[in-house]
Amino acid sequence: MSPKRPARAPASNGSRPRAGAAPRRRPSVPTPPFTARGRSLSDAEFRTAVGAVDAGVDARYAWDTGIAVGGYLRGLRDGKILARECRRCRRILVPPRMFCEQCFRPTDGWTEVRDTGRVNTFSICYVRWDMERLEVPEIPAVIEIDGASAGVGIMHKLGEVRPEDVRIGMAVEAVWKPPAEREGSILDIRYFRPRDAAERAGRTAAGRAARAGARKASGARKASGAAKTRRGKAR
Amino acid sequence: MGQKVAVIGAGMTKFTRRAQETGKELSWEAAKAALDSCELTLDDVQAVCMGTAPDAFDGVHMKGEYLSDGAGGFGKPYMRSYVGGGTGVFGAIQGWYTVASGMFDVALVVCEEKMSSTQPHPQGAFLTIFDNILERPLGPNLLWIFALEMNRYMTVHGIDKRDIAAVSVKNKHNAVDHPSALLGMGGITVDDVLASEVLAWPVQRLDVSPVTDGAVAVVLAAEHVAKRLTDKPVWIEGVGWHLDSSYWTNRDLYYPDYVEYAARMAYDMAGIKEPRKEIHIAEPYDPFDYKELHHLEGLLLFDKGKAPEAMRDGVLYRDGDLPSCPSGGLLGVGNPIAAAGLMKIAELFWQLRGDAGARQVPGSPKRGVAQAWGDLMQVGTVVVMGR
Amino acid sequence: MRDRVAVIGVGHSGFAPITAGLSYKELSFEAALRAYSDAGVNPRKDVDSFVCVSEDLLEGTSIFDEYVPDQIGAALRPVQTISADGLFAVATAVMLIRSGIAGVVAIEGHSKASDIQSPGAIHQFALDPVYNRPLGISALAVAGLEMNHYLSATGATAEECAEVAAANRRAALLNPIAAYPSEIAAADVAASEPLWFPLRSLDVAAPADGCVVLVLANEERARDLSDEPVWIAGVGWSSGSPTIESREWGRAEEVQAAAGRAYRMAGIARPDSVVDLAEVDDTYTYRELMHLEALGLAPEGGAGEMLAGGAFGPDGDVPVNQSGGSLGQGYLFEANGLARTMECVLQLRGTAGARQVEDAGVALAQSWRGVPTTSAAVAVFASDEAVRA
Ligand SMILES: [Zn+2]
Repeated sequence: MSPKRPARAPASNGSRPRAGAAPRRRPSVPTPPFTARGRSLSDAEFRTAVGAVDAGVDARYAWDTGIAVGGYLRGLRDGKILARECRRCRRILVPPRMFCEQCFRPTDGWTEVRDTGRVNTFSICYVRWDMERLEVPEIPAVIEIDGASAGVGIMHKLGEVRPEDVRIGMAVEAVWKPPAEREGSILDIRYFRPRDAAERAGRTAAGRAARAGARKASGARKASGAAKTRRGKAR
Repeated sequence: MGQKVAVIGAGMTKFTRRAQETGKELSWEAAKAALDSCELTLDDVQAVCMGTAPDAFDGVHMKGEYLSDGAGGFGKPYMRSYVGGGTGVFGAIQGWYTVASGMFDVALVVCEEKMSSTQPHPQGAFLTIFDNILERPLGPNLLWIFALEMNRYMTVHGIDKRDIAAVSVKNKHNAVDHPSALLGMGGITVDDVLASEVLAWPVQRLDVSPVTDGAVAVVLAAEHVAKRLTDKPVWIEGVGWHLDSSYWTNRDLYYPDYVEYAARMAYDMAGIKEPRKEIHIAEPYDPFDYKELHHLEGLLLFDKGKAPEAMRDGVLYRDGDLPSCPSGGLLGVGNPIAAAGLMKIAELFWQLRGDAGARQVPGSPKRGVAQAWGDLMQVGTVVVMGR
Repeated sequence: MRDRVAVIGVGHSGFAPITAGLSYKELSFEAALRAYSDAGVNPRKDVDSFVCVSEDLLEGTSIFDEYVPDQIGAALRPVQTISADGLFAVATAVMLIRSGIAGVVAIEGHSKASDIQSPGAIHQFALDPVYNRPLGISALAVAGLEMNHYLSATGATAEECAEVAAANRRAALLNPIAAYPSEIAAADVAASEPLWFPLRSLDVAAPADGCVVLVLANEERARDLSDEPVWIAGVGWSSGSPTIESREWGRAEEVQAAAGRAYRMAGIARPDSVVDLAEVDDTYTYRELMHLEALGLAPEGGAGEMLAGGAFGPDGDVPVNQSGGSLGQGYLFEANGLARTMECVLQLRGTAGARQVEDAGVALAQSWRGVPTTSAAVAVFASDEAVRA
């Protein structure tokens, strides 16, 4: 065991960079023992010079859904969320699987869980995958499903709610496509929405406060302000 | 345990937004620099270990095969390992067991990523990381899962975003001293981070490491060879890796169990009982600023939810009690996925030898930990190095 | 002997042209259950490390290593993916065990080839993006080039190559898990659809679905857990030139290099006098012949003649691909090497049923990753009796 490295005496003059302050700048010198090589192309060079070969791949798949996921999708088509149960560890699992990964044994049977749950975590996403801005932000969330074991959830989206009204722990319910439009897909649930009508209508205190703050601050600051209003929520 | 293994050389390319070099050429530049640094040639190398993340970046199926000659694998035992974002640090682990097995005495580890080949945006390579049937129909993008994890982490502990943004500021500042850095930003402030574009709340533009091309290589040697070749070997004292369940929506994302398990494995091997006293320098994985804090907790260097406080108190700066990402990390130097992980191994090598120049952490640190993470918030790879 | 590693468990699911109704996870779970039961281990407690083999584009999932742990009992355990054939994972497990970091290692590899709807396009995506892909050739063209060079350089004939397909498809009749058993004759191969001259469609192994899981252990754990450990006497792997413009054609130099390492480790000077049976890569018929030559089991250019003379048949000097090989069992992508290992283990245990090779003590498995790669691995296995003798 080596002794703890003696920490350098803290700078009493406060010269250490602090959050919010511009850290002091050191001269930038090449560091031994290497010289880094590599050349960056500008966008123009990349697009126009000889130096890029365009190619795509026609990669197509038809995945077998298998027993567990196939059963789950059939359940969704029927307007039900189906789970698999492991009777050894007494867990009820969504998404369902034919094996219990903790016990390493086959799961024992199907069971229907509810189409309601609670928001475990969420985001408000303003960009598409290629970084283009979205006109209407999306609200992806992990939803712990009622009737499944504690902490067991699925990823889906939230709807019928203003972004500033969403909170972790919020009770939500599935909004299904009409039966005739369902096709055995995770999209047979359009989205989850707050169970509380007031939250759906955007009449919550937190939402009002956030909107009031937003009128005073810029768009980006709004998000960081929202971060503060969401502090201190226990697990 | 098998033979003792040391890092005896390291090299890297510049990290750039869009490299003129092909993936093969980047691999070659890094491999050459690493061999030059310890005055070896490819003839001295008995095995080559390659680390590189999704084939979708380079746009080549079985890209480990494609890169093999660039990395020095021609005519040699050559193998590619792959644990998503954890690959870079895992490359050093692969190199470690390759030598520790007693089957080879000198191994070259090369990690390459050329993300810019993916058009129109490298994020396209991440669209198909989600479950093919249960998640992809929702149209998820990579930012979602980070934002979901970050929100959970912040909410459970009541973390102020300013403390998280300070990590980004620290690393971009540290990177000013790194000759390979893509994004050293000396003048940036926490307010700049908080004012940057909101991508997927709570993730903002300056919380995120940039898309990058680059490669890094290290040379590993068995004890009897290392002692002959260098006065300053840096030993790989502990290695650990764990992969958690793919069912990430069934786990609580507020804490990275997979990092803790990997860290315990590495600490056990290194004989470390009190990591907070025995680790002097850390290179945790920082593709997003909150991730550095999250990982420092998983590495058992701070209590759960307490890393942000350490950031606020100055503990994580280069002259703090536990310098974290003195290299500048992924947020500052850049994030060519696998190469960025191995860059952390290279940084510990330079820091522990006292060769880190302007980036040198004071107090001649004796032992460090490097860590990477990847997949669906799922894999932890940890290496403890000491001199 | 220090550092010895044994295979103590094997399990499979498939092999079949399609496995409709099962997901890849369910295929793997079935194979894993069998392997762990065979080894007498509980993966949640007894397995220290897991090694999986996969390639993203064969799965249609980027960073596919995300999806491997649960169905093999590896959640929140040390798991790594090797982007290579299963024999590379066997080599990895040997290194892990010899390094001391693991006592028991499980290996998983699967093929869900029936999920892939555009296999040719994906295979072509393995060609060099700048030098080769713009030519619009298929990856199979490389096999045509290679076969033509091999035939003209060595005097081997297309008919001899066709005999490989006939022999392996026939051998598969005795293997109950093989996907493509058949009584075909060399003439059928010659009459099959031409692909890239001189390669014809029946020269090429057809894909199949399946999974193989293996359990490996160090000597102490192997003795503890198994009555019939099969020892890994040697393992080697090597890469040739991936660049088509600068490789050696007509000779599988990477196989030769890999075999050289495996033989050295096993202390084998004359493989043809030691090896009792071999499971070698037969992705393409001509490649089996090239491989037998590179492995030192036939003189350069002489494998075809030996094969036609029965030297590699069930009653020959070195029975080859008695499992049916990839031509008979089906091409399992990265799981190929694991299927070959499984066959070696069953043969050395004496439990290979109707295709059992008599008095098998030493078996060899060899893999190659197919065109356009030059990546190969070789492992030599020995029964407990052979090791004690
Ligand atoms: Zn269970």
